Amino acid sequence: MNLRVGIIGVSQTKYETNKSYQAITDTVFEVVQEAMADAGVSREDVDSIVTSSVDLWDGRTASNQMLTDVVGAIMKSESRVAGDGLGATFQGMMTILCGASDLTLVVSQCRGSMGDPYGISNWVFDPIFQQPLGLDYLSAAALQANHYMKRFEITQEDCARVVVKNLNDAQNNPQAQVAKETTTDDVMHSPMWAYPIKEMDAAPVSDGACAIVLASQKKAKALSKNPVWILGAGCCVEAHYLGDRDLTEGEALAKASKKAYEMAGIHDPVKELDLAEVSAEFSYQELLWTELMGFCGRGNGIKFLEQGMTSAEGALPVNPSGGMIAGNPVTVAGLTRLVEAVLQVRGKAEARQVQNAKMALAHGTTGCCGQGQYVMIVGN
Amino acid sequence: MSDRFKGMVLEGKLDLPFSYSAGRTASRFFIELRDHQRIMGKRCPRCNRVIVPAQLFCKECFTKTDDWVEVGPEGTLITFTVVYRKESHHPKDAPLAYGIIRLDGADTSLVHLLAETDVAQLQPGRRVRAVFSKKRIGHILDINHFEMA
Ligand SMILES: [Zn+2]
Repeated sequence: MNLRVGIIGVSQTKYETNKSYQAITDTVFEVVQEAMADAGVSREDVDSIVTSSVDLWDGRTASNQMLTDVVGAIMKSESRVAGDGLGATFQGMMTILCGASDLTLVVSQCRGSMGDPYGISNWVFDPIFQQPLGLDYLSAAALQANHYMKRFEITQEDCARVVVKNLNDAQNNPQAQVAKETTTDDVMHSPMWAYPIKEMDAAPVSDGACAIVLASQKKAKALSKNPVWILGAGCCVEAHYLGDRDLTEGEALAKASKKAYEMAGIHDPVKELDLAEVSAEFSYQELLWTELMGFCGRGNGIKFLEQGMTSAEGALPVNPSGGMIAGNPVTVAGLTRLVEAVLQVRGKAEARQVQNAKMALAHGTTGCCGQGQYVMIVGN
Repeated sequence: MSDRFKGMVLEGKLDLPFSYSAGRTASRFFIELRDHQRIMGKRCPRCNRVIVPAQLFCKECFTKTDDWVEVGPEGTLITFTVVYRKESHHPKDAPLAYGIIRLDGADTSLVHLLAETDVAQLQPGRRVRAVFSKKRIGHILDINHFEMA
């Protein structure tokens, strides 16, 4: 990247089981107002808007059309990513890098409570070969979990440690939906949902939204005393059909992170990154993703965690917010990770603040078993 | 935090019919299942891989596949899960099991249902065999499930 894109405003809601006390537009209005206030900009300053939402989760089609008014898009350029909020941030970044926009608002919203979560995920699968089998994100993830765990001799107790770390750390995060003292026994005693995934290994389903304000380098410097810069970004996608992929390899994430590191000039992510916020909907994924992002060798994700490297005080804290295990606003999740990363490098992450955080990684994923992968590096 | 008044919640339901075209390649794949109880793949002329279920093109080489090749009906289990959570989108009642299966003669794997739902009996590397449905209509569920071979 020649010129940098700055993040000058962020906002997120609390993640809750049910926000039925608000309409979707009420929630979005709040986060948009807060992000613009955080950036010190008004609707007139915004050149373009990118939203992220998914029709089936919204129970309607072209569902970004209900957001145009409330994201302030009337008489402006609006586009939408039907997927993860971090993916929408890539698109927002590009509106600025190509010179089409100096100030771009990125908004992501999802209501997990509105429909039947795993039922909706069944419709992600192709209707010819996979959807009629009744596959969903849980069963597909369980196929991946079992393969990964058998290949590297990872136990269910190992995965339970991920949940323990996340739910304990989430107690420092006022936005978390689930936060409590947790033991591996609690996780091991939770009902088996899809072998080897138990209820507590799976992220809850949440309602929530995020908004961020992106600015060109010039605009960011003019408007903000403490812009956070996008230093690196990489995205990559794998085949859709589960049988076409080695679910233990995850080459897309390896490539996406390599690209982001190269752009940010990172040679050793463990030494150079101060924290990582990763989108792991199931406990095993945090281990698998950390390996694929090169934090440790293949199969060593659990060793890395057991050594305390990923704990809030570790060499490379992973999900000091509690991650998706503490709150899962589905298609918003990647943008939540980015908002957390920005708060950390600003030094404004309050009780969950990582000491002297200067550079952070945010990760988002879309599709089943990490089919689409986004990695973004942000820093001062 | 916002005021937690109890707002109105309006019920709705998305229930819409759709027709999905399988295309030339998948249609032939399904006809072979229906009429001959054969599982077919297609070979990539460039990398020689046999791709199953049969596909129009090889994703790696981005080339049209050509020869049709019969694979299976036996194969090796790559990974599996047993699902205990009941879901309305399941084709049969939980517990139900899924496997990713590398059929003999194939270079990619097939995702399908397994008859065995006892985790202790399932292991990657175990041999499995396709069991065809009695009533076949040209559909992925013309293979009813895979049983232990
Ligand atoms: Zn090929």
